Amino acid sequence: MAGHKHIDEVTGVETTGHVWDNDLRELNKPLPRWWLYVFYACCVWAFGYWMVYPAWPTLSGYTQGYLGYSQRAQVMSDVKEAKAAQDTYRQAIANAAITDVKGKEDLFQFALAGGAAAFGDNCSGCHGRGAQGAVGYPNLNDDDWIWGGSLEQIEKSIAYGIRNGHEQAHATPMPRFGLDGILEPAVISDVANYVRSISGTEQVDTAAAERGKATFAEQCAACHGEDAKGNEEMGAPNLSDAIWLYGSSQEAVTQSIVTGRGGAMPAWSTRLDPVTVKMLALYVHSLGGGK
Amino acid sequence: MNSMDPSTKFTPDDFLVEAAPGVVRHDVNPVRQPKAKKTAAADASAGSWAAKPNIYPKLAHGTFRNAKWIVMLVTLGIYYVLPWIRFDRGGGLPDQFFLIDFANQRLLLGPLEIWAQEFYYVTGLLIISALGLFLVTSVAGRVWCGYACPQTVWTDLMIAVERFWQGDRNAHMRLDQSPWTFEKIWKKTATHVTWLLIGLLTGGALVFYFRDAPTLAQELLTGTAPTVAYVFVGIFTLSTYVLGGIAREQVCIYMCPWPRIQGAMLDHDSLWIAYRDVRGEPRAPHKKGQTWDGRGDCVDCKACVVVCPMGIDIRNGPQLECIQCGLCIDACNDIMDKVGRPRGLIAYTTERNLATATTGPRDGLRLIRPRTILYTVAIAIAGALMLWAMLSRSSIDVSVLPDRNPLFVKLSDGGIRNGYTVKLVNKHQVPRRFKIELTGIDGLTTTIVGHDDAGAPIEVGPSNVKALKVFAAVPRDKAKTLASDSTPLTLTVTEVDGNASSSRDTSFRSPGP
Repeated sequence: MAGHKHIDEVTGVETTGHVWDNDLRELNKPLPRWWLYVFYACCVWAFGYWMVYPAWPTLSGYTQGYLGYSQRAQVMSDVKEAKAAQDTYRQAIANAAITDVKGKEDLFQFALAGGAAAFGDNCSGCHGRGAQGAVGYPNLNDDDWIWGGSLEQIEKSIAYGIRNGHEQAHATPMPRFGLDGILEPAVISDVANYVRSISGTEQVDTAAAERGKATFAEQCAACHGEDAKGNEEMGAPNLSDAIWLYGSSQEAVTQSIVTGRGGAMPAWSTRLDPVTVKMLALYVHSLGGGK
Repeated sequence: MNSMDPSTKFTPDDFLVEAAPGVVRHDVNPVRQPKAKKTAAADASAGSWAAKPNIYPKLAHGTFRNAKWIVMLVTLGIYYVLPWIRFDRGGGLPDQFFLIDFANQRLLLGPLEIWAQEFYYVTGLLIISALGLFLVTSVAGRVWCGYACPQTVWTDLMIAVERFWQGDRNAHMRLDQSPWTFEKIWKKTATHVTWLLIGLLTGGALVFYFRDAPTLAQELLTGTAPTVAYVFVGIFTLSTYVLGGIAREQVCIYMCPWPRIQGAMLDHDSLWIAYRDVRGEPRAPHKKGQTWDGRGDCVDCKACVVVCPMGIDIRNGPQLECIQCGLCIDACNDIMDKVGRPRGLIAYTTERNLATATTGPRDGLRLIRPRTILYTVAIAIAGALMLWAMLSRSSIDVSVLPDRNPLFVKLSDGGIRNGYTVKLVNKHQVPRRFKIELTGIDGLTTTIVGHDDAGAPIEVGPSNVKALKVFAAVPRDKAKTLASDSTPLTLTVTEVDGNASSSRDTSFRSPGP
């Protein structure tokens, strides 16, 4: 290039000096100065950024930057701030009786939001994201409660759980009428028919149901009640309603009687703080079936 | 590199040259010319960059200059004053006439309150503005660029400031070529400080649109304003300084897409500032007593070139760089008066008139053309739609979201229950009470979480949203008679103390027949 300035004849613009195929030249069209300055400013900015913020990987880690900024630390401090902001509410919930929380609009709304979040993290694995339950895992939206549906009862169930070895857990089991030889298979079939007839389930063998009535009074009524309405103290489900935790078919009910049923739930007080348990109880109670 | 720039080549002797008696012939070449006229020297600045051409626009006097001063006064007046206008809304709401309230996701404009979810009103306004710009451009060319564009207005202001401190064209050029004397230093410093102050006021005014102006002004001055306010004041101070003070016409030429787009709106009948070469050519200096026969009216004084803020020569024909500010018309009319020729050698005219001027009399202005009709109709349609939307706007907003998980819940008595999240938006600036009613299915019972009596009125605070969980249950025998797994249901919200009402269609899900 040095000393060589070729001017293109047609446009009157200087060329870069390179020639291809004997006659092909490239016009030298310079960039505007402001563009160049912006480019330099960006370079300076980049160097400044490398100094101040974490930028380059090294063999054992990365350059930290003068500010010592870290997104992780930022998140931690944000979380801490958010926790601190929640503290007044959490304190108020901790100090109030669970039934009083419901009466205070702002506390109640806070508890519902906190309960929903805790439910998603801890409960939805078994009960489902919408608390809709599954076979063996109760639907928490409905108004049928095995261990009671008042706020206090729900809080207790969540705090200590069911059949998990915790000393305050709900623990009463249902006998294995078939496996333990308490009842003959034919009798079990009759009782199953009778149980299904109580709640008006369709396709019931009425003759068998009639035969099973006496056995029910003898073997089952102690826990489930004469009228089969269940007993929340014993965790004996109401057999006269339309909700069947393990299914309402003849097979399902027969299996329940043969093997007994003993669903379990962890004692959440050993994993969560009392305020979270309280908020969970309020949330579950608000799903539509709370008593 | 500036010594290479033709526009700065200057000796006092040049002013002795006359284009006509009493008319100075300016020694100036336009810094921007159409490709064909470019000289090798103009583009051969070489190196890896091109120097920014210096333009020293001379102050023009006349109709268009006055129009530009007035537009500047009005537009800047609106910009700086609007956030300070008060409007009493009551109900603890901000009393700023125009406030973009980000914190509460709403836009307040006088009695109007536009919520974030209603932002399509603003979209509609922008569409109408764009169509308006199309119409104006198709009728009168780049009037937006020449008079009203913020870039033009602020650049004009910055040039006025520069003239105030450093003098008009000749004095300014002399100062630039002089060595760095004390006078030059303080004049340059004063110019840049004033530019920065204008930038600061611009950035300062901008943030007032987003927060109560008097409060924020106090906070800004006492150093207690939110950081983001200072950041935006800083950004707009710098951008005003750089774009208006330094970059100026380069923004229009290199950065702005609008000059390229508007070619699509122009046609033979659009008004356009043009040099009537039929009348002006052949151009030549005119001596006292010479005849005007056989020559053009243009005395080649280049008054039109020295006043041009874009650094072009209008006599080169239509150019992308021309923002059509009309200053060359002012400059040329002035000269025509001096030499005793009719005004309008440079004037607003149309391409059709320029073409027919060679063969016959000029046509009048043709305002009604398919293009202008199309734009007007489009504006009318968009405006009517907006007006209809505004007039039929409800003072409450209701949204209903049926639970998806679970779709329905079977109750112990065999009944079926659905859950809905209902949101009530009270757009009035007083608290209001509403009743919620679900209709469409026999025997339906409604409950609202947290409200013991579903029929009791529910209060929603001023300009507030209330979310409610609503349950609807159908008993077993009724559920069995439902014809499908999804039955239409209507939720109606009625104001207890007023007559506002709104209903939403939703559905009731069940296992089906």
